[in-house]
Amino acid sequence: MSVEADIAPTRTSGFGHLGDRIHRVLRRYAIFLILTALIMLFNAAEPAFLRVNNLFSVLQSVAVVALLGIGVTMTLAVDGFDLSVGSIASFTLMLSSYAMVVLQLDAVETVALALLAGASIGLINGLLIIGLRIPDLLATLGMMFLLAGLQLIPSAGRSITIGLSLPDGSVAGGSFDPNFLAIGRYKLWDVVPLPVIVVSVLAIAFWILMERTRWGRVFYAVGGNETAAHLAGAPVKAYRLAAYIISGTLASLGGVFEAARVGRGDVFAGSSLLLDSVAAALIGFAVLDQRHANVFGAVTGAIFVGLVLNGLTMLNVPYYTQDFVKGIVLVGALALTFGIGRGRR
Amino acid sequence: MSLLVSTSKSSAALRLAGMDKSYRPMRVLDGFDLSVGRGEVVALMGANGAGKSTLAKIASGVVQPDKGRIFLAGREVNLGSPRAAREAGIIIVHQSPDQLGVPGLSVADNLVLDGLCAGGIGAFVSKRQIHLRARAVAARIGLDVPLDRDFGELGPAHRQLVAIARAVAADAAVLVLDEPTATLAATEAGRLFEVIERLRARGVGILYISHRLADIHRVADRIVVMRNGRLVSEQVRPFDLAAAVKAMIGRNLDQFGARRASALVGRLILNLDRACLTSSSEPFDLSIHAGEIVAITGALGSGKSRLLRALFGLSRFVDGRVDLDGVPWRPRGPAEAIARGVFMAGEDRWRSSFLPPSTPGADLAGTVALPHRRRWFRLGFVQGRREHAAAQRAIGTLGIRCSGTRDTLDLLSGGNQQKVVLGRWQARPCRLLLLDEPFQGIDVGARRDLIAAIRAGARDAATLLATSDVEEALEVADTVAVMRNHTVICLPGLHTADSSAFLAAIGAVEASKAAEKGELIP
Repeated sequence: MSVEADIAPTRTSGFGHLGDRIHRVLRRYAIFLILTALIMLFNAAEPAFLRVNNLFSVLQSVAVVALLGIGVTMTLAVDGFDLSVGSIASFTLMLSSYAMVVLQLDAVETVALALLAGASIGLINGLLIIGLRIPDLLATLGMMFLLAGLQLIPSAGRSITIGLSLPDGSVAGGSFDPNFLAIGRYKLWDVVPLPVIVVSVLAIAFWILMERTRWGRVFYAVGGNETAAHLAGAPVKAYRLAAYIISGTLASLGGVFEAARVGRGDVFAGSSLLLDSVAAALIGFAVLDQRHANVFGAVTGAIFVGLVLNGLTMLNVPYYTQDFVKGIVLVGALALTFGIGRGRR
Repeated sequence: MSLLVSTSKSSAALRLAGMDKSYRPMRVLDGFDLSVGRGEVVALMGANGAGKSTLAKIASGVVQPDKGRIFLAGREVNLGSPRAAREAGIIIVHQSPDQLGVPGLSVADNLVLDGLCAGGIGAFVSKRQIHLRARAVAARIGLDVPLDRDFGELGPAHRQLVAIARAVAADAAVLVLDEPTATLAATEAGRLFEVIERLRARGVGILYISHRLADIHRVADRIVVMRNGRLVSEQVRPFDLAAAVKAMIGRNLDQFGARRASALVGRLILNLDRACLTSSSEPFDLSIHAGEIVAITGALGSGKSRLLRALFGLSRFVDGRVDLDGVPWRPRGPAEAIARGVFMAGEDRWRSSFLPPSTPGADLAGTVALPHRRRWFRLGFVQGRREHAAAQRAIGTLGIRCSGTRDTLDLLSGGNQQKVVLGRWQARPCRLLLLDEPFQGIDVGARRDLIAAIRAGARDAATLLATSDVEEALEVADTVAVMRNHTVICLPGLHTADSSAFLAAIGAVEASKAAEKGELIP
């Protein structure tokens, strides 16, 4: 028999106390409590807030943020970070507009091209990080600037619309395929936007992948302790690469949704996506007190950010304060997760 | 338990009586008695962790004992600080190169450092004066080092010699030398022995801590062997060094041989034929049968881990033939090794085996399941019941103390954590189990449990275990191999324990461990 002490006392002392228990429940559901309070507040100030149409229009914009947030979550799970998701979305928005307006491709070809581009950019990110050992933040920051610049070149810095005059003087002859526009505009039963449905399905799929399968276990194991994962027989490089490819692909799908909703290649359409999606993924740490990147948390975080912004807009809070509000929400959520009463670490 | 009364106690240069010292759970010194007579050289032997260095630190005032009295020339003293010890006449030459002198100062400055620090040299000193005095200090041990060189540029041997010169110049009543020859070449060591002879003739009491049997044989008047903080053996000339090593290891080798003979040995599982681990190392052979436990011991960097890693597919053999179950074995990585039934539990469990507690799947059940996920969750979905059952089995067979299979591992004690590591690799049958330092940072009780579990689990598989602790190796294994410079230097045959060669090899391991300790531990 071992003569050691049983188990560390932190565990046993944590349970009995009622205060601790309340504290724990509060931390676990804090995001939901705040969300409920905000909804009640917005509803009291502006009854239109809770109308079905308004909620689904919120969810439509949430869908894209959630998609990018899931991508960021995947890279966070392998202890990486993808700062280029916003730029990938903007880039594919411009790319798909260009593909239809200038290259005159149809909807299927355009979507395929866009997703392929996203996956390739993710692959390049992964190779920079895993192959060249560039720190993840720097590699994806570089990619972010690269794409932000690249997307301006084909249209000479202008937005892409029907009848775009090209740098060589000619006029683009293509137009947006109605099937493509339907991706962003079709509503099931005239209420549920198609992107919301697609993203819901994807969110559930990624939730199952990360929470219920051995592959998800390995993603987290690689992020938690790469050496241990390797010694347990996991192909760690393949998993890290896969995380960036997934992130890039999801971001490009987000770009397609935006392009289809807006209906033109707007240079600035994706500018707030990075902040929103990173905020969503990081707020996700606090959801249910998980303390690690998780899909459910990222989706919840995206909804949270979307509702807050929509509510503030309806209350006529100036648009230029939005980033500030998002920043406060993000810092508050992180403080909640990491700062307050670190019970067990 | 003093076996001999060597010098009359009142006249002993140094006497330590009833020394007790604990570092929280570990009792490092347990009522230890030691006396060093005037003009006597006492060699202090002991395996790693026996308490030698703690004793040296107490004698030099660096560490205070929990209990015990210290007498100098019959007078009780209180050594509250290194300076108090120095003023009382005890000088120590530490083992660690970092404590030998001050890098950034010249050799000359270092040689007269005591004078500079304690006064005795005026506030304004010319470089010439310092050199003059330094030269005198160096001359006493025939040391020839450029006095202008920066101490930090010196190699370990020269640093050691500078420190010894300084100690000799201090005109001590008692000199403590902690592994003084560990870094010295034969000629330098020879010069040191001449100095020791001269000091002995002057009546200085010398406590000589070393593993090197040859050195001890040459300089010591008396041998004191310590083990687990106690005195276990004492000898005067003529020495029986084999008996001293046995006392140091704490085990009679005949017993160990007897158990080997009775060990049940099955088919040949792993066979290494003229295998080379590095391009410059000697080839060696090694074979392990089913049911056999082979322990490899050797100092840090001797190649133990490298051998295990090569067998697990983390690195390659440079040359030679490796067969697993009669088929050539060249794994491309851990995944292939695990698929073929070669499992490895790496050293340092938090680095090699565990995930941080906040990671999903970092609980006890998830930790056990991680390497077996492909076998257990064929469709991809994690089956909670399956991993729970496996973890439950590990908890039962290994006696892991925890509150359940969903405990995170930081809640478990070190010994129980290590049991989880073993339980993980025993969760599925394997052919070859590789264990790298499986008893790291755990207490004696947990070690006994683990050894029992390793023995119980070894029935059908071959087990190869690496440990730098000779005692652990002897305790757990059927066969003990000694490794040095990436090759197996001593592998006693199964039934013909060539104990003298084996003891010499183990002595060499202890000595190189001491050297490595001096090199690596700050």
